Amino acid sequence: MPRIRVEVDGATYEDDVEPRLLLVHYLRERLGKVGTPVGCDTSNCGACTVLMDGMSVKSCSVLAVQADGSDVTTVEGLGIDGTTHPMQRAFHEEHALQCGYCTPGMIMASLDLLRENADPSETEVREGLEGNLCRCTGYQNIVKAVRRAAKEMREPAGQEVTP
Amino acid sequence: MIPAAFDYARPASVDDAVRVLADAGEDAKVLAGGQSLMPLLRLRLAIPDALVDVGRIGALREIRDDGDALVIGAMATHHQVIRDPLVREHAPLIAAAAETVADPAVRHRGTFGGSLAHADPAGDLPAVALALDAVFLVRSVRGEREIPATEFFVDWMTSAMEPDELLVGVRVPKPGPGWGVHYEKFHRTAQAWAIVGVACAVRRNGGAIEEARVALTNMGPAPVRADGVENAVRGRPVSEDSFRSAAEHATEGTEPPGDLHGSPEYRSHLATVLTSRALAAAAV
Repeated sequence: MPRIRVEVDGATYEDDVEPRLLLVHYLRERLGKVGTPVGCDTSNCGACTVLMDGMSVKSCSVLAVQADGSDVTTVEGLGIDGTTHPMQRAFHEEHALQCGYCTPGMIMASLDLLRENADPSETEVREGLEGNLCRCTGYQNIVKAVRRAAKEMREPAGQEVTP
Repeated sequence: MIPAAFDYARPASVDDAVRVLADAGEDAKVLAGGQSLMPLLRLRLAIPDALVDVGRIGALREIRDDGDALVIGAMATHHQVIRDPLVREHAPLIAAAAETVADPAVRHRGTFGGSLAHADPAGDLPAVALALDAVFLVRSVRGEREIPATEFFVDWMTSAMEPDELLVGVRVPKPGPGWGVHYEKFHRTAQAWAIVGVACAVRRNGGAIEEARVALTNMGPAPVRADGVENAVRGRPVSEDSFRSAAEHATEGTEPPGDLHGSPEYRSHLATVLTSRALAAAAV
């Protein structure tokens, strides 16, 4: 069985894994990172999105062995010491979720979008999240939340310049 | 679902990879980005004995200038191809089509060569490779050979490569100045395959079309070059009328599939409409 070494949410893990083990199952069943859900099983829905070396991937479509040597961030790696990430706060404040199943993937895909575009337009948010399906919200509040978080991440609270 | 068990190898070089493939036999599959293969494994539509993961062979990710052509490494990701300055300058049709592939997360992992070797007629890049007269660079322990795009796509999900061969790169001739390009795709959602797609490059000379290259996605078991359209539009003035009448030839020689996304008749209608739009957009 191949042995892999991965960094997940700031901690290093070494494990023997069956080659067919998917990253999402490794995260959930071996590491207990159940914040990343399994959605559609076929890379359509994006619920299982995590960051691998800083870029979004659908963890149902990556083998754990392919993640060997990588730095993985799940939604559980965002809040530090009980605080929430600005993206998590914005989703909460804008009511960007109803059932919440898509939310971890939405948040990780949104962070990936902001990595390349710190100030996305509404259209750019919709395009950036085209790989993530939400069956509850109709997306309106998700788009609002991402733009709100983007603004906060550009201008952290207390540092806003008043004209 | 969980994929069936398979052996796994992660060669460090192309030489190692082709040796592993030669030893592995017919039921081994090359794992590139895995974005088409992984769903097939999960649904157990593919049950290979072994996967040969070429994801760590850095040399396969290079995109280089080769004089009158570009050579795009098979493992260059869609994300990389879309942003590459050489591709944007000399093969903008590839960048335009790659931008329409699935979604950002899939484009981070999915590769240019993988989506060509997969030879899915509903994939976006095979028609583009055909329109651009790309040449496929293939390696095995028996040596290296080149396969022109017209011979590469044999049938539904079947390429001209032997089981022990590895696609290492694709040579794309630089078209020279004066070309406009467009990829017109009709699909319902980001992850859905193109119901029909049209890859189009047009060279204008003032108010006339001097040359056009058109290839169709998902209008048969393999991508199809729309020769009839290319001939009909050559020498015609740049106008909606020219494009519409040339596009009437789009269905010649096609065998559009019928499935839950559309009947053959619907696809034929789409091919005509989308070809006209693609010509107009490329000729701007």
